[in-house]
Amino acid sequence: MRILTGNDLRSGAVVWWNGSGWSLFVDDAVDVGDDAEEILAREEAARRVNVPYAIEASIDEAGHVRPAHIKDRVRALGPTVRRDLAVPTADKTGWDWVI
Amino acid sequence: MYRYDQYDQAMVEARVEEFRDQARRRLEGKLSEDQFKPLRLMNGLYLQLHAYMLRVAIPYGTLNSRQMEALAMIAEKYDRGYGHFTTRQNIQYNWIRLEDAADALADLASVEMHAIQTSGNCIRNISSDHFAGAAADEVIDPRPYAELLRQWSSFHPEFTYLPRKFKIAVIASEKDRAAMRLHDIGIRIVRNDAGEVGAQFYAGGGMGRTPMIAPLIRDFVPIDQMITYAEAALRVYNRYGRRDNKYKARIKILVHELGAEEYIRQVEEEFAHLLSVGVEPPREELARIAAHFTDPPFADGPKTIDRSDPDFALWVDRNTHRHKHDAYVSAVISLKPVGGIPGDATADQMRIVARLAKLYSFDELRVMHTQNLLLPHVAIKDLKAVWTALDAAGLGAPNMDTIEDIIACPGLDYCSLANARSIPLAQRISERFAETGRTDVVGELKLKISGCINACGHHHAGHIGILGVDKKGVENYQLSLGGSEAEDVSLAKITGPGFDEDGVIAAVEKVTDVYLAARADGERFLDTYRRIGMEPFKEALYG
Repeated sequence: MRILTGNDLRSGAVVWWNGSGWSLFVDDAVDVGDDAEEILAREEAARRVNVPYAIEASIDEAGHVRPAHIKDRVRALGPTVRRDLAVPTADKTGWDWVI
Repeated sequence: MYRYDQYDQAMVEARVEEFRDQARRRLEGKLSEDQFKPLRLMNGLYLQLHAYMLRVAIPYGTLNSRQMEALAMIAEKYDRGYGHFTTRQNIQYNWIRLEDAADALADLASVEMHAIQTSGNCIRNISSDHFAGAAADEVIDPRPYAELLRQWSSFHPEFTYLPRKFKIAVIASEKDRAAMRLHDIGIRIVRNDAGEVGAQFYAGGGMGRTPMIAPLIRDFVPIDQMITYAEAALRVYNRYGRRDNKYKARIKILVHELGAEEYIRQVEEEFAHLLSVGVEPPREELARIAAHFTDPPFADGPKTIDRSDPDFALWVDRNTHRHKHDAYVSAVISLKPVGGIPGDATADQMRIVARLAKLYSFDELRVMHTQNLLLPHVAIKDLKAVWTALDAAGLGAPNMDTIEDIIACPGLDYCSLANARSIPLAQRISERFAETGRTDVVGELKLKISGCINACGHHHAGHIGILGVDKKGVENYQLSLGGSEAEDVSLAKITGPGFDEDGVIAAVEKVTDVYLAARADGERFLDTYRRIGMEPFKEALYG
């Protein structure tokens, strides 16, 4: 699947396209298929997100979205060395798949 | 230390308000990211993996307790309660919100600090010997010259858009504690046979993807021509540096491609021209600056240390440095607790350090390029009290220059450029050596880790260096040996194929095994490596 990510304009926080807006949670990311470029252009032009881009991802058996590249997996949860600062997630196995 | 005059303060405050307006226009959607990015970078505001990151300049690593308290306040008010001290004697905040950035800059300005020129293709923060003004072995305090260079390079219209970023280090002793020859320009303040003060210039050093050691380009520039010579060296670079390829745009590439001899010829030609124009600041300006750096009122006192507490004695042996006044020492505050994140300090720790500086170090602090802090002037009679307070705050690790004193860049945990994580390696290596008691056995060993080829973790200059790379989406680590950023400067050589995370930690243990088996009396790891060469290490790693 193809999903969209970027950083929130105000806070700089990592955000994910959920089909109608930008969510802090990677599990909210939706498959944009062939619409990536159109959505990216529209959202960036509207100044709703900083430097958004499309990435490859998959969904695991439990329904959790898994970005393909390590950099985006780290972005999804936060610094691996400061898990106290991590993005809150219901995915109890989250840290197992980051690295 | 230097204090802003009315012009300095007015310039910094004006810049804050200018940025406030730029940020407002960005937040209102009137500026695109492409338009805003160069503006925010000029004010030290990056966009990293998880958030905006603000890099604050600490000129030549010197600050006072009021400034450190302000850094602590900013960590709590605008960030998440901590900051990260860097290899260029700066501090970075990892979680700054764009809508708060101008307020943070205004708070910095209120204590004579800023984030100007901490990014972009300009002359960055001038770094220096962290023991400046305290070391027994220095010719003269280098900081007045560093400050003069800072003032000259701040908002210099000709050097605001250089081909690439430009880093200058200034030292004033034979010992190099600032990686001077791995800077774009390195300056050593010296005295000639007549006792006159002058500047020895090196140019074209650097780490990054093409590491180079700066050659000597001028043995002695009279001190009242130092700025003129620096301007000539920059002007030749600005004129001929490669702007067509960012990977070949640093001055080291120009000096290498022209050859040092031709670069020197051109600089000398430009220098002669500039001398005729007269660009040097008046000597009174240097005298005005130097007046800010007079010695504090050192007092005679006990010169011996009670070593009856073995933990204190170990810390004294490892973390104190000889001072020019024999009743004082410089005390290193380690930001490398075993298993900790190199260079990170909480707001509470910053406040404790600020209080200790005020009580015991004439209100002075330093940031070391090794990502530690320093109390430069501690009376020997006060040393036990300082150590007790540091130890209680988790700042008393006795590990300066040992394998636990690891330099590590933020790596893939924070940095958008990184390919692999650096911090977890540093944590695991320090834990492994501390658990097995080998830290003390191994002695001086400088291990440096970078998470990408940009080498912010100085891996090229590590006795042991580790470079993280991306191998088909998986972290992989190249090991290198034999680097040094000190006066015996050298570049580390890669051992061979890389390792995964567990593998590189085991590899570090193996190379220290080789060292321990082969070392002669008094040899450091680096000495043994230089004597026996790479082969025994390769044999142990890959044989």
